Amino acid sequence: MSDRLPGFSTLAVHAGAQPDPTTGARATPIYQTTSFVFNDADHAASLFGLQSFGNIYTRLGNPTNAVLEERVAALEGGTAALTVASGHAAQVVALHQLLMPGDEFIAARKLYGGSINQFTHSFKSFGWNVVWADPDDISSFENAVSPKTKAIFIESIANPGGTITDIEAISNVARKAGVPLIVDNTLATPYLIRPIDHGADIVVHSLTKFLGGHGNSIGGVIVDAGTFDWSKDKKYPMLCEPRPEYHGIKLHETFGNFAFAIACRVLGLRDLGPALSPFNAFLILTGIETLPLRMQKHCDNAKAVAEFLASHAGVASVSYAGLPGDKYNNLARKYAPKGAGAVFTFSLKGGYDAGVSLVSNLKLFSHLANVGDTRSLVIHPASTTHSQLDDAAKIKAGAGPDVVRLSIGIEDKEDLIADLEQALGE
Amino acid sequence: MNHDSYPDNYIRGILNNVKTIAMVGASPVNVRPSYFAFKYLAQRGYDLIPVNPGHVGKELLGKPFVASLLDIDRPVDMVDIFRNSSHIMPVIDEALTMTPLPKVIWMQLGARDDAAAAKAEAAGLKVVMNRCPKIEYGRLSSEISWMGVNSRTLSSKRAPPPTQGMRLSLNRTSMGGGDTAASDRAAKNRTEPG
Ligand SMILES: Cc1ncc(COP(=O)(O)O)c(C=O)c1O
Repeated sequence: MSDRLPGFSTLAVHAGAQPDPTTGARATPIYQTTSFVFNDADHAASLFGLQSFGNIYTRLGNPTNAVLEERVAALEGGTAALTVASGHAAQVVALHQLLMPGDEFIAARKLYGGSINQFTHSFKSFGWNVVWADPDDISSFENAVSPKTKAIFIESIANPGGTITDIEAISNVARKAGVPLIVDNTLATPYLIRPIDHGADIVVHSLTKFLGGHGNSIGGVIVDAGTFDWSKDKKYPMLCEPRPEYHGIKLHETFGNFAFAIACRVLGLRDLGPALSPFNAFLILTGIETLPLRMQKHCDNAKAVAEFLASHAGVASVSYAGLPGDKYNNLARKYAPKGAGAVFTFSLKGGYDAGVSLVSNLKLFSHLANVGDTRSLVIHPASTTHSQLDDAAKIKAGAGPDVVRLSIGIEDKEDLIADLEQALGE
Repeated sequence: MNHDSYPDNYIRGILNNVKTIAMVGASPVNVRPSYFAFKYLAQRGYDLIPVNPGHVGKELLGKPFVASLLDIDRPVDMVDIFRNSSHIMPVIDEALTMTPLPKVIWMQLGARDDAAAAKAEAAGLKVVMNRCPKIEYGRLSSEISWMGVNSRTLSSKRAPPPTQGMRLSLNRTSMGGGDTAASDRAAKNRTEPG
């Protein structure tokens, strides 16, 4: 008898969740507790020594969070996952398992502005050195590889421009270099793109965006694909060397193809501390149940809005990979056939001033610094999310002064188009 | 048997049916994977026998070490081998002289010897390679989900809270084979030469 593979929507509703053992509650309960009693002294010691599966303290793990972890791991096709307090925390915790002071990682230049800041400034004080590469030029990744390279980091659909990254081509560079490929899949979600199917070894998300989907909770997750051999070149001591924190356990030897997720939990989250609140986990889990429905509507609306803007006399250009003729349309057809996401940029013939007036004239779109809400959102990246970059870096990141970013919600598309039409004026 | 990817039902059948497990290479050092597996399987109600000639005269969690499989005084359902791939064959040869024969040979995560597996299968034994019985038990029961691991199983049934010594139900709905497609692919890439 062969095993059946349930479809994506079934996993979005069921994976990781089962009726509560004690009460029978069918919705996943919010285990709003800091700590969990031990059965006896031996049970406590087994849990602390990683010998038993179970709960100790919510900084290390929580039953509500565990449901969310398994849910996202199942949707991404990974072996395990770890939830953390934010998307940014996911990036720190993931890289903390891979880099030692003096090491390098290669990152795509087209990234969320906050990630560019985190990599450039905050990580410098850990001694982690980012080397930038251009996702439109695969050879720039090859040329950036050095003996100190420990990882490659890209976004599947890049914020703010909604551009599509050639994950397979970059995964080949990573494989040749013997380092894991980390893909930030926030803007695509596994409904549109499953990076592991294209060669990613680690997937990170800001759960704050489309996965949670309702603009109510900050969260992040790290997914282990189970694909990387951590012991091969002895390059990753957190995973292949005996850990003094755990009396000499070697995590890869002990936990096999989900050792990276375990390292993120028992070395990263345990010591760095950015635990996700179980209440947020509950809200995000509820959001994920409708991810396939929402994401399709987000994409369909985004395409309609992009088409409207492309035909508007006041608009200089629209960067949406779902439009035929867009520079990234071929990559979108390959990687995201169901839709090219719902975050994109456009620029106005009237430049910066026209952008400012558009934002203030909109009545339905909310002017705020987020993406992936049920509500449609608008922002001017150059003066906000990407403001810390210099002008050249802004343009390279797709956030030049004339650029406006939209995150299209799940309202009726006719209302969104009407709002943009009135705000653009004649 | 395709040893790259086991159907869940194959693993489930083994873990549901074996009772007595001889663990070859069991270590008394409490950070070794064999110790983890030994302790966990004992907690889940299996009868475990530690086999390690270096520790005869001592006990592992109350169970006396024996030097070899042939020193065991009762029928053994499964031989669980915690040795490197290069040390598997002699263990199989010894296991095949046991009376009665064990029903299952299990090789730890990272251990694989296809010739040894073929010999055991020819004698009618079931073989599992490169898997951890603790991880597989935790996965099929979904107990491992506490660690955020993808159990690749689903259930709409209410399970009782696990207690010490309790066997858990492994009969959840499977979402595919023993590993994810990606990790299967990676395992294959790794064993390819070059
Ligand atoms: C692509 C991407 N990655 C990461 C982040 C950071 O996530 P968080 O705000 O949850 O820390 C964001 C936030 O905007 C994002 O858009």
